[in-house]
Amino acid sequence: MTTVSEAMPSLAAMQAREATVRRFALTDAIFRAATRFSAILVLLILGGVAISLFVGSWQAMSTFGVSFLTTESWNPVTEKFGALAPIYGTVVTAAISILIAVPIGIGIAIFLTELCPRPLRRPIGIAVELLAGIPSIIYGIWGLFIFAPFVQTTIQPFFINLFHDVPVLSSLFAGPPYGIGLLTSSMILAIMVLPFITSITKDVFDTVPAVLKESAYGIGCTTWEVTRRVVIPYTRVGIMGGVMLGLGRALGETMAVTFVIGNAHRISASLFAPGTTISATIANEFTEADGELYTSSLIALGLILFVITFLILAIARYMLMRIDRRTGA
Amino acid sequence: MRHFIRSAAVAIAMAAASTLTLSAAMAADISGAGATFPYPIYAKWADAYKKETGNGLNYQSIGSGGGIKQIKAKTVTFGASDAPLKGEDLESIGLVQFPMVMGGIVPVVNLEGIKPGELVLDGPTLGDIFMGKITQWDDAAIKKLNPDAKLPSQAIAVVHRSDGSGTTFNFSYYLADANADWKSKVGVNTALEWPVGIGAKGNEGVANNVSQTGGAIGYVEYAYAKQNKLTYTDMMNKDGKKVEPTAAAFSAAAANADWSSQPGYGVILANQPGAESWPMTAATWVLLYKKPDDAAATGEALKFFAWSYAKGDEMASELDYVPMPDNVVKSIEDTWAKDVVGSDGKPIYSAM
Repeated sequence: MTTVSEAMPSLAAMQAREATVRRFALTDAIFRAATRFSAILVLLILGGVAISLFVGSWQAMSTFGVSFLTTESWNPVTEKFGALAPIYGTVVTAAISILIAVPIGIGIAIFLTELCPRPLRRPIGIAVELLAGIPSIIYGIWGLFIFAPFVQTTIQPFFINLFHDVPVLSSLFAGPPYGIGLLTSSMILAIMVLPFITSITKDVFDTVPAVLKESAYGIGCTTWEVTRRVVIPYTRVGIMGGVMLGLGRALGETMAVTFVIGNAHRISASLFAPGTTISATIANEFTEADGELYTSSLIALGLILFVITFLILAIARYMLMRIDRRTGA
Repeated sequence: MRHFIRSAAVAIAMAAASTLTLSAAMAADISGAGATFPYPIYAKWADAYKKETGNGLNYQSIGSGGGIKQIKAKTVTFGASDAPLKGEDLESIGLVQFPMVMGGIVPVVNLEGIKPGELVLDGPTLGDIFMGKITQWDDAAIKKLNPDAKLPSQAIAVVHRSDGSGTTFNFSYYLADANADWKSKVGVNTALEWPVGIGAKGNEGVANNVSQTGGAIGYVEYAYAKQNKLTYTDMMNKDGKKVEPTAAAFSAAAANADWSSQPGYGVILANQPGAESWPMTAATWVLLYKKPDDAAATGEALKFFAWSYAKGDEMASELDYVPMPDNVVKSIEDTWAKDVVGSDGKPIYSAM
């Protein structure tokens, strides 16, 4: 009896429920379509950028062929363009900036998570993150007006004198001290990528289970040993991710580099010599690039940067995959 | 959901309406784009012109190359360039070209104990410095020109423009004219393959790098050197006379120029003869379509230029530009009346 009496009103209720379920199904379908569209849109934009870069650079590539990648000369007068100097500058500045920023970034992260007195932890952490919020044009202006004169009068003479008699290093740190050049822009870049590396490293250090660290301390490990043998191995993947993010920023950074690199299409042995990067060249010359071959060569530079960034991210993914597999096995 | 769709529709409608009103408002302004060098004076003229007539000017100082690109794409009513187009290019695109205003380029240096105007250089020496052949300030060539100056034994740090620039075009044009080696090895363009030195963005970038680097030399627009109190040098001109960079010396260079000798008044004022002529004088040009699609807009632009020629001289002098001589202006206005025609074939500009 009870079942019947309950079934009677439930007819309307079932209809209502069906309607509700249908509405849920519809909104779900719309939601799914919207998210899928967003995901596909990213692919479309990426593909569109790649294709337009390829089409735009076609003239330069068909004119110069592979020699575009191996020629140092960049001559707008005779319209002979080669990308070697900007590629060299891009790779060298990014590499040096990572070399400087990674030890400092990891050092800050270790200090903040393991050693820092509690009241200092938040102020230092926030200060590092604020570095990421400074617009790159500010870094450029600061680099040119404050940092470059300091480098010129203090750092460069010091290194030039220090390595004066050392065979390889003396040409690596050769004058005259301009103040701006590859090393100055690498140092500015290092400051710019530092917050990325630090904040990601700090976050992954926080994920290390306390029980692991405590047991290590329990068997008599020093702080150094705990960091070296427990924390860093446990978080290696995350650190790599932070470094790659920083590297991506260093490769593509334009404004700050343009101010302090010296914008010279030359490859010099000395790190104090002016150079140029791909993005700085494009930013400097695109507005006044008359002539289709000139414009096309600049777009070809863009394509090269696109490929370099893509390759580095792909290598990073691959390395992370290998580390994952090894720790999984 | 329905609410969302409705609000989205309203938003789209509002956006469409605002674009419409925006484009209607912009149609009243004269639109132009190009060279950065004349931007301060164009802005000043436009400001005064708007007060007088109510018509504004929307000028984007994106660089000469950009100005040429934009006028070719017909996105602006006029383009502006520091490097003149060749006669055949003007002909094939159907453009008319005329100079608007002139200025000077000066070498600036950073040497301890040397004040503005205490050093003098000539074309061959300047070319050798910028090619890296002269590397020390106490080089014999510089000493010979400056027997009385106390020149330090210091390395020369060359600073040049890193962005493409009409200033670089005019500067390299002078060096190519005065120094044969420069002509064959480096050449003339808005951007160059510089043999030595560091590149800096814009006049201000060059000025900053020169003032920070001991022993540096660079080149900037005269107005910029004057306003920032940079140490400029004097020059030996084509007649072998020593001249100071002054508005009078720039006018002298322009006075000797034969403007009708080139199509579109495309005379480069570098290394002009005359005892008073400053060797690195430069004009800046405006580009317009001979048969514009929008005759009314071009008419408004021509009215603005005619007004600037007639009433803008004093404002130009205030900013250290040199106004065009009256006979050249007359000839330009005749060209407008003759060459710039509407779709009906009648001239758009009739002398006011």
